[in-house]
Amino acid sequence: MMSKRLKEKAGFGALAVLTFMAVVPVVSIIGYLIWIGWPALTWEFLTQPPRKFLTEGGIFPAIIGTMALTVGTILVALPLGIGTAIYLVEYSRENFFTKLIRIAIINLAGVPSVVYGLFGMGMFVLTLGLGRSLAAGALTLGILTLPIIISTAEEALLAVPDSYRYASLALGATRWQTVRRVVLPVALPSILTGAILGIGRAAGETAPIMFTAAVVYTPRLPDSVYDQVMALPYHLYAISTEVPNVSQQMAFGAALVLLAIVGAMNLVAVVIRTKMRLKRMR
Amino acid sequence: MKMLKGGYMGNKNKMETRNLNLYYKGFQALINVSLPIKENTVTALIGPSGCGKSTFLRTLNRMNDVIDGTRIEGEVLLDNDSIYDVGVDPVVLRKKVGMVFQRPNPFPMSIYDNIAYGPRIHGHKKKDTLNEIVENSLRAAALWDEVKDRLHKSALGLSGGQQQRLVIARVLAVDPQVILMDEPASALDPISTAKLEDLIHQLKSNYTIVIVTHNMQQAARVSDFTGFFLNGEMIEYDVTNTIFTAPRIKRTEDYITGRFG
Repeated sequence: MMSKRLKEKAGFGALAVLTFMAVVPVVSIIGYLIWIGWPALTWEFLTQPPRKFLTEGGIFPAIIGTMALTVGTILVALPLGIGTAIYLVEYSRENFFTKLIRIAIINLAGVPSVVYGLFGMGMFVLTLGLGRSLAAGALTLGILTLPIIISTAEEALLAVPDSYRYASLALGATRWQTVRRVVLPVALPSILTGAILGIGRAAGETAPIMFTAAVVYTPRLPDSVYDQVMALPYHLYAISTEVPNVSQQMAFGAALVLLAIVGAMNLVAVVIRTKMRLKRMR
Repeated sequence: MKMLKGGYMGNKNKMETRNLNLYYKGFQALINVSLPIKENTVTALIGPSGCGKSTFLRTLNRMNDVIDGTRIEGEVLLDNDSIYDVGVDPVVLRKKVGMVFQRPNPFPMSIYDNIAYGPRIHGHKKKDTLNEIVENSLRAAALWDEVKDRLHKSALGLSGGQQQRLVIARVLAVDPQVILMDEPASALDPISTAKLEDLIHQLKSNYTIVIVTHNMQQAARVSDFTGFFLNGEMIEYDVTNTIFTAPRIKRTEDYITGRFG
C-alpha cells in the first residue's frame, strides 16, 4: 500500500502536469505568433495601407477599422447592457416579463456568431438601410456582446451587499440615488472588467462583421459611421483564404497586432479593477 | 390602558401604532400591536428571536415596503398623521425617522462622505454647510475626537464600535426626529457597547429613540419604556422599571427571569 505522503506527492504531481498541459497551448500559440510575425512588424507595416492585392504594404486601415468598431461596440453595448442589468437587479420584481428577459439573454449567449452576422445584415444593413458600414458592424457586435455584459453586470450588482442599499434607503434616498451613488460605484470595477473582456472577444470576431461592416480592401480611413472599413480579423481571413501569394509573415504580423490590441484591452481591465479597489480601501 | 407611572408620562406621543397587523406572504408576523412612543424618551422592544420586534421597528419607517409580499393593516402615526396614507412619500418619511441597523454598515467611502451622504442626497451642496453638518453630527455621536484627523480616510478602517457610532452620526446628519435602532450593540464588544449606551442617553434629549435589543440588562439600562413581544403580539408595555420589577403578566415575568427565550 502507498503511504499517505507518497499519495499526496503523486496527487500534487498529477495536478502540476495537468496545469502545465493547460498552459502549453497558450504559450506556444503566442510564442509561434511572435516567432514568425515579429519580423513583419515594421513602421511601414503598421502605418501604411496595403498594396498590390494585399501582398505588400501595411495594415493601417485594418487597425483603425478594428479600433473604430471596438469603440462603436462599447457605445452600443455598455449603456444597454448596464441599463438592463440595473433594471433586472435593482428595479424589477420577479415576474413573467423578467423571466422572459433572462431566458432571452441566456439564449442570446448561445447563438453562433455567424448567425449574428446574418441577422445584422438582414436587420441593420438591409432593413434599416445602414448599408455595409461601421454603424451596422458596431450594432451587430454590440448585440453579440450584450449577454456577456448583462450577466457580468448582474453578478456585480448582486455582489453589492444589501446592507448598503438599506442604509441608503433608510436615510431617505430614492432607489435611483441609491443605485447611482452607492451601488454602482461599488459594482463598477467588476462591471467594467467583464465588459472589457467581452468587448475584447468581440474585437476578434470575423463572422459578425463580414456581412455588415468589413471589406477586403479600402485605402480610405472611415470618416463617418456610414463608411465601410477594413478590420483585422476579416483581413486575416481574407489574406489566408482568398488572396493568393501573401507571405506567411504578413499574416502572422497582422494576427500579432490583433492579439496585442485585445491583450491591451484586457490589461486596461485589470488596471481599472486594481486601481478602483485600492482607491476604495484608502 | 391603566395609568402608567414614571418621569416621562407627560411626554406626548411622537409615534403610535393602533391595531397594527402585518402579513408576510400569508404569515401574520404582527398581531394587533398598539404601542405609544413618547417624545424624547427611549423605548425598548424586547422578546425572543422571531417575535416580531424587528419587523415592528421596520414598520415605523416603512422599510418593510422594500420587501416583496408584505401587507399591513391598522395605523402607524407620526405626530398624529398616518405614515401609510397614500399621499405619504416613504422617502420623505425616512428622512424624519432614521434607522441604525444590527451590523454597522458604513458605505465604502471616506468618513466624511459617509456623513455627508444624507445631506447631499437631500440637496445640500455648499462645502461650508456640509463641513458644519459633518462636524456637528460626529460630535453628537461622540466620534469627532477619534476621527477628526482622518476624515478623508475610508470608513471601513474604523473599529466595529466606531463604525456603529459613524452610522449613528450619518443618521443624525439628515436631522431626523425619531431614531430606530435594531440591536445596535449585538456586534460590539462590551466597551464599545458601553459607549453606545452613553450615546443613546445623550441623544434622548433631542431625539425620540426606539431600540430593539436581545439584551435585557441593556433594555433596563437605556430605556424609559419597554414593550415585550411574543409570537407577533405585544404582550406588555410599561415603564421600564415596572416591567423589570413588577410585570403584570406572567409570560413577561417568565421571559425576564429567563424561564424561556
